[in-house]
Amino acid sequence: MQHGKRGLSFWLLGAFFCLFVLFLYGPTLTILILSFQGPSGGLTFPMNGVSLHWFKNLFEKQMVGDFAGSLQRSMILGAATMLVTVVASFSAGLAFRTRFRGSGVVFYLAIASLIVPSILISLGIGLLFRVLGWDPAWYTSAFGAHLTWTLPFGLLIMFAVFNRFDRRYEEASRDLGATSWQTIRHVVIPILLPSLIGVGLFGFTLSYDEFARSLYTAGTFNTLPLEIYGMTTNVTTPVLYALGTVTTGVSFAVIAIALVSVTWLRRRRARHGSDAGKAA
Amino acid sequence: MSRAKLWVTYLQVAPLALVFLLFLIVPIATIVVVSFFDYNTTQIIPAFLLQNYEELLLSPVTWRTYLQTVEFALITWALTLVIGFTVAYFVAFYVRSPTVQTVLFLLCTIPFWTSNVIRMISWIPFLGRNGLANTTLMNMGLIKQPLEFLLYSDFAVVLAYVHLYTLFMVVPIFNSMMRIDRSLLEAARDAGASGWQTLLNVILPLCKPGIAIGSIFVVTIVMGDFVTVRMMSGGLSASVGLMMANAMSLLQYPAAAANAVILLLLVLFIVAAMMRMVDIRKEL
Repeated sequence: MQHGKRGLSFWLLGAFFCLFVLFLYGPTLTILILSFQGPSGGLTFPMNGVSLHWFKNLFEKQMVGDFAGSLQRSMILGAATMLVTVVASFSAGLAFRTRFRGSGVVFYLAIASLIVPSILISLGIGLLFRVLGWDPAWYTSAFGAHLTWTLPFGLLIMFAVFNRFDRRYEEASRDLGATSWQTIRHVVIPILLPSLIGVGLFGFTLSYDEFARSLYTAGTFNTLPLEIYGMTTNVTTPVLYALGTVTTGVSFAVIAIALVSVTWLRRRRARHGSDAGKAA
Repeated sequence: MSRAKLWVTYLQVAPLALVFLLFLIVPIATIVVVSFFDYNTTQIIPAFLLQNYEELLLSPVTWRTYLQTVEFALITWALTLVIGFTVAYFVAFYVRSPTVQTVLFLLCTIPFWTSNVIRMISWIPFLGRNGLANTTLMNMGLIKQPLEFLLYSDFAVVLAYVHLYTLFMVVPIFNSMMRIDRSLLEAARDAGASGWQTLLNVILPLCKPGIAIGSIFVVTIVMGDFVTVRMMSGGLSASVGLMMANAMSLLQYPAAAANAVILLLLVLFIVAAMMRMVDIRKEL
């Protein structure tokens, strides 16, 4: 399998893999193309000319609800979720390295938070606010609902990261007289930075795209996925695709920033890594 | 451990625990409590009634809907498992360069970070009445009339599930495969096993934890789904989530809550059964 010439099975499996990738990305590419449809074009091929008509349409407020507003809300919510996810996951990851009473409970809560269907969380928080007589809002109830989805991912990633973390770096830092805060600030965080960026990526994108958990928790003002969903029922023009293209563009930009910075950090580390054995 | 250090540990875990307490435990408890409440057309009334459960469990619609949802979950599970395993198998064992492996793996995971709703919408130009699939088939002369079942059908629902959730299988299975000691494969070959025998008797059993984790994800997501069913079936198919959403839109909160409790019990039961196969903490 690992040696010699590629056999038939390699080509068959390779073809299967390519088909799978095509299946994953093909539809998204199609709406990307169709969002540049001419003003008289429809929801399917053929293209009736090429234009930016539908993108312009998107930002005219009266046409499609409140796209700009919902985009802004989703960006702010995504950024806040990202920040809290990174900080809380990292800090909990540190805590879980020592055994403490209740660690099992917290761990199973995180797993439960992943496997309890999103709509139940949404429904539960919505009901809770109703029973208490509070108004749900995207920056309170939806914020909490999103955290129940991003924090388990963050925690599990931190577990995986700390399992592979060499504690001797910390011991060395302590031996050199650093306080525990200095050790975290100047040793642990820099070493784990690529993983923390990864956690942040999960935090932002999962919140930015979350639909079910926002459904009964967002309150009066829609987040972007709710807005898009609303549009699918009453918009039958390519403006829907323009919306898809812009939204996916934002996601891809965030993913690209995360991947590029992680790669850059790795490269830099490889260059300036160890100076062991380089002493004159 | 010193007392001060223990305090630090508790402080470190507090934000996470607080979120789970406020936005997971308390809301689920609220659902359970409200499921016993009474309601009329305008409000919910605190009470302790079993009526919501009775109405739910005695209705044949409920049973049909649950059956349909379980069916969706089973079909999706089988398809995502086969596809996800094959994809992970190729990347883990047939791609030689670690860099290419990473790139291909990322290629499979990137869609996870984009919007599900958009990814569902993106099937319209393919499956619609005048979509690519129908036009192509008609141009090839294979069909005379456009196929109506492509969009807005059970077929479209399952297609969207597979499209959205196969990567939940790919990632944990790939993770399991990368941990397999390659010398085991050599040993199998030396002992005379064919490629198939190695796959079935060595690789597959060692991938069990990954398969279990992927299955838990896929099954729980499909069991609780409502947006995919509504969008891809155009309201023609039913699911438990959709049933709850409908009750919510009629302001029948206690009815929705009772349904939620039953769904939660069912999902927890399924997950508990699958968890027996795997210790998640060992997989990280």
